[in-house]
Amino acid sequence: MSLLELRSISKHFPGVKALDGVSFDLQKGEVHALCGENGAGKSTLIKVLCGYYPAGTYGGEVLLDGKTAAFRSLRDAEEHGIALIAQELALVPWLSVAENMALGREPKRNGLIRWDVVRAQAERGLGLVGLDVDVDRQVHELGIGQQQMVEIAKALIKDARILVLDEPTAALTDSDAERLLKLLMELRARGVSSIYVSHRLEEVFRLADRITVLRDGRSVDTGRTADLTPAKVIGMMVGRSVDTLYPRPASVTEETALAVDGLSVADPTNPGRFVVRNVSLQVRRGEVLGIAGLMGAGRTALLSALFGTARSPVTGTIRVGGGPPRPAPVSPREAMDLGLALVSEDRKRYGLVVEAPIVENLTLAVLRRFARPLLLDHRERRKEAQAQVDALRIRTPGLNLAANQLSGGNQQKVVLGKWLMSAPRILLLDEPTRGIDVGAKAEIYELIARLAGQGLAVVLVSSELPEVLGLSHRVLVLSQGRPTAILEAKEATPERVMEAATAVA
Amino acid sequence: MTEDQPKPSLRSAIPWRALTMVGALLVIWVVFTVLTDGTFLTPRNLSLLARQMSITAILAIGMVLVIVAGQIDLSVGAQAGLLGALSAIVFIDKDWPLFASFALAIVIGALLGFVQGSLVAFLGIPPFIVTLGGMLLFQGALLGVTGGVSRSPTADYRYVGQAYLRDEVGWTLAGLVAAWSVWKAIRESGIERLKWIGLAVMGGVVAAVLNAYEGVPLPVLLVILLAAFFSVVASHTPFGRHLYAIGGNREAAFYSGIPINRRVIGVFTLMGALCGVAGVVLTARVGSATSDAGRMMELDAIAAAVIGGTSLLGGRGTVWGALLGALVMASLDNGMSLLNTEAFWQPILKGAILVAAVAADMAGRRKS
Repeated sequence: MSLLELRSISKHFPGVKALDGVSFDLQKGEVHALCGENGAGKSTLIKVLCGYYPAGTYGGEVLLDGKTAAFRSLRDAEEHGIALIAQELALVPWLSVAENMALGREPKRNGLIRWDVVRAQAERGLGLVGLDVDVDRQVHELGIGQQQMVEIAKALIKDARILVLDEPTAALTDSDAERLLKLLMELRARGVSSIYVSHRLEEVFRLADRITVLRDGRSVDTGRTADLTPAKVIGMMVGRSVDTLYPRPASVTEETALAVDGLSVADPTNPGRFVVRNVSLQVRRGEVLGIAGLMGAGRTALLSALFGTARSPVTGTIRVGGGPPRPAPVSPREAMDLGLALVSEDRKRYGLVVEAPIVENLTLAVLRRFARPLLLDHRERRKEAQAQVDALRIRTPGLNLAANQLSGGNQQKVVLGKWLMSAPRILLLDEPTRGIDVGAKAEIYELIARLAGQGLAVVLVSSELPEVLGLSHRVLVLSQGRPTAILEAKEATPERVMEAATAVA
Repeated sequence: MTEDQPKPSLRSAIPWRALTMVGALLVIWVVFTVLTDGTFLTPRNLSLLARQMSITAILAIGMVLVIVAGQIDLSVGAQAGLLGALSAIVFIDKDWPLFASFALAIVIGALLGFVQGSLVAFLGIPPFIVTLGGMLLFQGALLGVTGGVSRSPTADYRYVGQAYLRDEVGWTLAGLVAAWSVWKAIRESGIERLKWIGLAVMGGVVAAVLNAYEGVPLPVLLVILLAAFFSVVASHTPFGRHLYAIGGNREAAFYSGIPINRRVIGVFTLMGALCGVAGVVLTARVGSATSDAGRMMELDAIAAAVIGGTSLLGGRGTVWGALLGALVMASLDNGMSLLNTEAFWQPILKGAILVAAVAADMAGRRKS
């Protein structure tokens, strides 16, 4: 009998089928890895089995020890021995290690917390994970790796039998990651089972007994690690052939629009580490340069650094057009003056003033142009906005509609239009088709091809591999912040890209 | 056990922030003492200072907990004014017994806090808005119930705000504090031991100074008792620790199974009850309930908490720190009055000190 079994789990979000009949099982003393591309449904699946989504909000059945389990909350699942180690560390920085471990279930007598018991429990927990720190230290004084250990210790003193780890090594240094893997192997020997979600195939193959691959919300296959190879797993993760539907602009000039040399971006939360490390690239006028990589590979951080919105120090130089080498811009204003434009990955947060009308959004970045000399020339402004609406075929009854009244695809076109109005020479696109429907995607693809055809240099980041492969002339692959491959379109197969994306740089 | 672990270095064990605040307070006192030729440090003036700080201190004690949980309550001044007036009115007009009229203020305060907290927790209205609305509403209600005229309760009522304890009581209390501190000091070691010894000495000094005038003022005793009680609540009960967790990392609190809504409502309810206490003391001390009582006191309470090291971002702050903050604020008022400085300088200086305190906090945060 399986320790934990999920039977044909389905989970819908408005407009999206995140999970479609996924089955999964976990044996006692097993490490079972979950693999898949971004958006394959891994996070949704673990949220179902940890009670984050309460029973009743998903289809299918969860069985624990062969009995139906209907967890109402994270707490409920925890009481049944399932502990989630979330991607974001769930510790309170200003509380002590001991207190964090007791949080939510403090031992007490006469209404007062028994600190001696709290400390003793914490010390027992730290003993279980082999971490030697003073339990009275505040958590923010610890390194990320130590904090992760504290989280696992916190789960273990609650008698967790099943640890669910979501990308636990994503923020860790190599030596901390190594310690974590060793710990999980030790715990397995003591009968603690783990579900291990990771992009890092090298880790998965060292650690896991079995691997389940998810794709597009379905389980592709489950196999024993011994019977699989990384190449096979990558094949299952990618699984689809690249469409020929992507128009690729033909004419690439020889004129360099943007050259980046040795760009590094410090990790804002983790001093001494880098989210982007020593990346050099060139984009020519008329070229689409794709940037592929898994979540956390540093793609967004790279674009942010180029557009002057990085939250941490940036080193390295850039050259724009035929200009001399110079440091990366430090503000969007400066980047715009250099002829850069960024369509960010989160249009509602960074791209649009969602409550404001379309005309407002379209002209936001270039308002100065309409100042005559102080007051805005509304007629001219509307005229130019209307020209963008027509050119991009934004479907709207008028310019005064609030941006959030539009469909996702049309919203994205407004963001694109906003930046096209600034007449950029280099267009940075971060997930330009996220969350929009297929028809609108095709239109965006066409638009990208057209703009490149007009001589614009485009840098395209997308988690949808077919999109990157189909649209780009060349593909730069990042892994853990470092460039691991630069591939010409004809040699960029999904397998080669995924191989480079999961490589240890 | 802990003894086997490497102890954190001495440098990190010393509460630098607290020492900085005490240092700042000492500087303020020295400056005023020099400028007033010693009048500032007379027992008479220090006793006045202690009484002046009492109402801000009571509100600040609750405000620390509210801010620690990542919330804010702008309504406390108006609420204290309203509750003080209600309690005076039932005492004067309805002939309620003294105890019942005090209880009324506290119970209604808790109820108002409960309602405000529920609006924050369940409807997701930002606490700034809920309590800003509350502030206006309570100000209006206060004007309504007083009809714009001051109501003065009899001496029985005023006793709470104006009485002094006999010298023997003060000494006994100081003795109790010293005994408790010494007992703790014996069980602790290092910096902790020093802290307890310091507390024992401080208890004696405070009692000596206050007895050198008329004795320990009743509102001051109330402040000390409330501070001690809520300090224990903050540090040693699940409720208190959950407030720190919610303000420090709401996600982590959620993932740890903490009932966030109940805690938020709880802390607003407590704050409301403390407004009731503050309102009674206010009416009693001033000797009458006026239609603008308590106005702007919320800002003094917030400033006291923040100067005392409470982070407006939530998750950090102590009740004793807020008391120190209240003392800083009261010292500024008191010292400038002694110097006959024109009244307009008081808010200007207090404002500058508040901003400087937060600037220091932010700088400290960046370093760590």
